[in-house]
Amino acid sequence: MAKWIEGNGQYKDVVVSTRIRIARNLDNYRFPHKMSVEESERLTQEILDVMKNIPSDVSYKFYKINALTLTDRIAYIEEHLISPGLIQKPDHSSFLLRDDEKATIMINEEDHLRIQVLLPGLNFEEGWNGINQIDDFLEGYLEYAYDDRFGYLTACPTNVGTGLRVSAMVHIPCLSMIGHVDDMIRGFNKIGLTVRGIYGEGTEAAGDLYQISNQVTLGEDEEEIIRKLKNVIYQIINKERYVRDDLLKKKRYEIEDKIFRSYGLLKYARKISSKEAMKHLSNVRLGKEMGIIKDMEFKQIESLMIEIQPGSIQRIFKRELDDNERDIMRAKHIREKI
Amino acid sequence: MLCEICKKNQATVHYTKIINGKIEELNVCEECAANSGEFSFDNPFSFHKLWTGLIEGFHDNKQKQSVDNLTCSFCGLDYSQFRKTGKFGCSKCYEVFEDQLVPLFKGIHGHDKHEGKVPIRANKKVANERKIEKLKVRLNELVQKEAFEEAAKVRDQIRELEKSLGDNRE
Ligand SMILES: [Zn+2]
Ligand SMILES: [Zn+2]
Repeated sequence: MAKWIEGNGQYKDVVVSTRIRIARNLDNYRFPHKMSVEESERLTQEILDVMKNIPSDVSYKFYKINALTLTDRIAYIEEHLISPGLIQKPDHSSFLLRDDEKATIMINEEDHLRIQVLLPGLNFEEGWNGINQIDDFLEGYLEYAYDDRFGYLTACPTNVGTGLRVSAMVHIPCLSMIGHVDDMIRGFNKIGLTVRGIYGEGTEAAGDLYQISNQVTLGEDEEEIIRKLKNVIYQIINKERYVRDDLLKKKRYEIEDKIFRSYGLLKYARKISSKEAMKHLSNVRLGKEMGIIKDMEFKQIESLMIEIQPGSIQRIFKRELDDNERDIMRAKHIREKI
Repeated sequence: MLCEICKKNQATVHYTKIINGKIEELNVCEECAANSGEFSFDNPFSFHKLWTGLIEGFHDNKQKQSVDNLTCSFCGLDYSQFRKTGKFGCSKCYEVFEDQLVPLFKGIHGHDKHEGKVPIRANKKVANERKIEKLKVRLNELVQKEAFEEAAKVRDQIRELEKSLGDNRE
């Protein structure tokens, strides 16, 4: 189970997780896409040297991308511990993972440093405090690229300023059932928010999960960025809850039927694709959210949503599996967990 | 990232398509984006739109040429490359392209000035304070030895460090 899923968080009936990340770069090095392997190694070493000074009650493990198998690389992405961008240039990139798996320091992604804190439920305050602490610590030892006018300087102009991306992953099956998601996304785009599938750029919205994040990083301070996003997330929570109540009142049998069919299917299927599994897990999660399914925990469902992904399922069974085998092993794994 | 249509140029237009609640991200180059009728540029963060706006801002070709030739001496990136890839090569590029960046940032973020966290250089401050203490001890020694020329140098160093501490306190 991905460790970060453990722990308390608010509004778990709608918000799966909160993620905050900042982009930081060092002066006197070219940005990662311009770097030689040797230069990237020098920078990595500088950061590792700094990490020797962390307080003794925290510890991080260091992973080089090119030392991981392809399966492991993908599994880390599926667990949301690293971003897809980190494995594009394996000889340049690495990451430090805190032992509670709630914080990752990525080295040489698009920027020299991408620091992320990942928490279950809605938890922007703890997330921002966590990020801030790591940032203050690193800043004490590193020469950050910072400009009084433009703020923290980043490889891409879309991150300049605070370098801050705050996002919440929401589960909104009922809003999607009544066809409100398209409108909602369009509205969000207008106010400077982006909506993506669960694995960031280039992924589809599987399992009615959407990641909503700020787009503007320059000209607004961190608190303001967080406050704005939080307000929008509260609106989503209220709307989704309202539609759930309404559906339960008007179509209780249909909803229960849908949920228990998915539950039964997951419990007995002998072969299942990740797409199909996500769809039914989403229904089961809705069952849990509505209080219809009582013998499963949120963290169990969340873990399954990760574990059934192609990389993770191969890691669980400790070998490479082809498409057909994966579908069989996936069904087996789900049966064992439900 | 390469353009998903021609698979040749760098993708600088990142476009979100939404069909029945399904999100599809498309990453294409400016050319393919312009050639394809499928893309509407409602997305306020489309690079294509931003760059186009910037190019139109030039008075003439000569001015565009001279901007395109602006080159960062640290990483070697020139402005025409920046326009193609949408990525800076290093933090010094910001100084070199500074005049061009204000309209670009306004287009992306609606602002051109950072509001937010300022590095506190917390540990560095402590390190500087320690350095000053050490230098003061040394200064005393030198004065007692009547090595005034050396002492003057050390005194200047202390002043310099104290000034930088003062600046950081603002
Ligand atoms: Zn193209
Ligand atoms: Zn440069």
